[in-house]
Amino acid sequence: MTLLVIDWWFILEKALLIGGIIGLSFFIAMYTTLAERKVAAWLQDRRGPNRAGPFGIFQPLADGGKLFFKEEIIPLASNKFLFILGPALAMITALLTSTVIPWAAPFVTQGGNVIPMQVADVDMGILLVFSIVSVGVYGIMIGGWASNNKFSLMAAIRGASQMVSYELPMGLCLIAVLFMTGSLKMSEIVANQVQNGWHIIYQPLGFIIFFVCALAECNRTPFDLPEAENELNFGYHQEYSSMKLGFYLFAEYINMFISSAVMVTLFFGGYDIPFVNEASWGLSSFWMTAISFAVIMAKISFMLFVFLWIRWTIPRFRYDQLMNLGWKKLIPLALVNMIISAAVMLLLNK
Amino acid sequence: MLTQRAKEVDRKPMTFLESIYLWNIMKGMGITISHLFKKKATINYPEQTRTFSKVFRGLHVLNRDAEGRENCTACGLCAVACPAEAITMEGAERLPGEEHLYREEKYAAKYEINMLRCIFCGLCEEACPKDAIYLSQTFAPANYGRKGFIYKKDDLLIPHPIENKEAYEAALGDKPAKN
Repeated sequence: MTLLVIDWWFILEKALLIGGIIGLSFFIAMYTTLAERKVAAWLQDRRGPNRAGPFGIFQPLADGGKLFFKEEIIPLASNKFLFILGPALAMITALLTSTVIPWAAPFVTQGGNVIPMQVADVDMGILLVFSIVSVGVYGIMIGGWASNNKFSLMAAIRGASQMVSYELPMGLCLIAVLFMTGSLKMSEIVANQVQNGWHIIYQPLGFIIFFVCALAECNRTPFDLPEAENELNFGYHQEYSSMKLGFYLFAEYINMFISSAVMVTLFFGGYDIPFVNEASWGLSSFWMTAISFAVIMAKISFMLFVFLWIRWTIPRFRYDQLMNLGWKKLIPLALVNMIISAAVMLLLNK
Repeated sequence: MLTQRAKEVDRKPMTFLESIYLWNIMKGMGITISHLFKKKATINYPEQTRTFSKVFRGLHVLNRDAEGRENCTACGLCAVACPAEAITMEGAERLPGEEHLYREEKYAAKYEINMLRCIFCGLCEEACPKDAIYLSQTFAPANYGRKGFIYKKDDLLIPHPIENKEAYEAALGDKPAKN
């Protein structure tokens, strides 16, 4: 009698996928740090780092190596357990969100097995992303509190309230999108867009609000109040050094990458290739998967560029401006957007 | 007071569209993206160097005449002219048999310029009656210690024009050989 039948192929397939996605996240995050410095330089008429390797492509390795060899300092008055838990939590939540994103068109093997390029196609898909993102705030809060530093604590409080208040308009925009798809499943959200056109066409306002909120959720400029250098020194990671600091900084870039991926999946058709009917090309399943993966990566890269572009254009908001924008402007706008899309959906009888 | 160009500050409360900042942020993003295509101001220093003007005042050079004899007579006029008091020297008398080394009866046995004090004004060059010192078109390279910036006679003296002709001409640069 067998109590448990384990499909070893299934486990191998998922393990490969998970390893690949984590590796990809780290790789992209690494090179986003370089891209950040390069874009900053270009937008300011400079050249950016170009000493480590051709065009500075080994710069992230040099930065990472430096962080590893830095002295590890844990403040005497800090809570050691929470102090270490903070960056770990930030990193874990950043990586976890990538599970439900469909990274490419499903791969069909010779034997007819369909392998989805998605770690878990759970029914609550996008909701899972939101719940994990809201856990992400604990990384900041725990780190800021455990440091036993008033600046860190203030930054942590700011970060928490900022993230909580910007999740609301984000969720409201999402509801408008879900009216159209009728499903929380990521694969169905993409399939709906492949069929009926990208959601950005029907929900431009929804996308803009979602994007602004994503900036706030990732603690990116203009909403990088938790780390505000000039008023809070370095914010919640002030007391951190070495790779613990590296984890916080890295988690921010991974968050950027994942939120770009989420936005691409929700509004820009995920791995869909625009303007063409790729099914008529008659390519093999392997090439379809590869091309669709390249397409989603290109879209994500563009979104990341917009993140960087915004950072080097506008200064940081003041705290009251941030809260006013979130509660008095974005939430009403998102509500109006939601009601209008609901009314239109009713009129069209869908 | 209002001049022609002054603009009065607009203190009207923002409209709703203004208060979500979107349009203004997009305008700003347009400005920054236009800088992506502009010429970079940076010069890739070790590989490229900036060209100096002909009148650039850089490191000092102690001159020799066409036969390779030192011009300096240790008169001390450069040290007097120096506003930063960067020049120190000691004179010595030329002995018989040293005529091929020094042009006149007196020469500088020790000649030091402190490059940390020097302000590269070129007054020493103007003060010198013997054309013995001039400012070249190079600048003092970085150094790890203060001592490295006190340039001795060996560092300052131009290469020998006959024994080491190429280096002499390179050191001369754009300056025409005088005397």
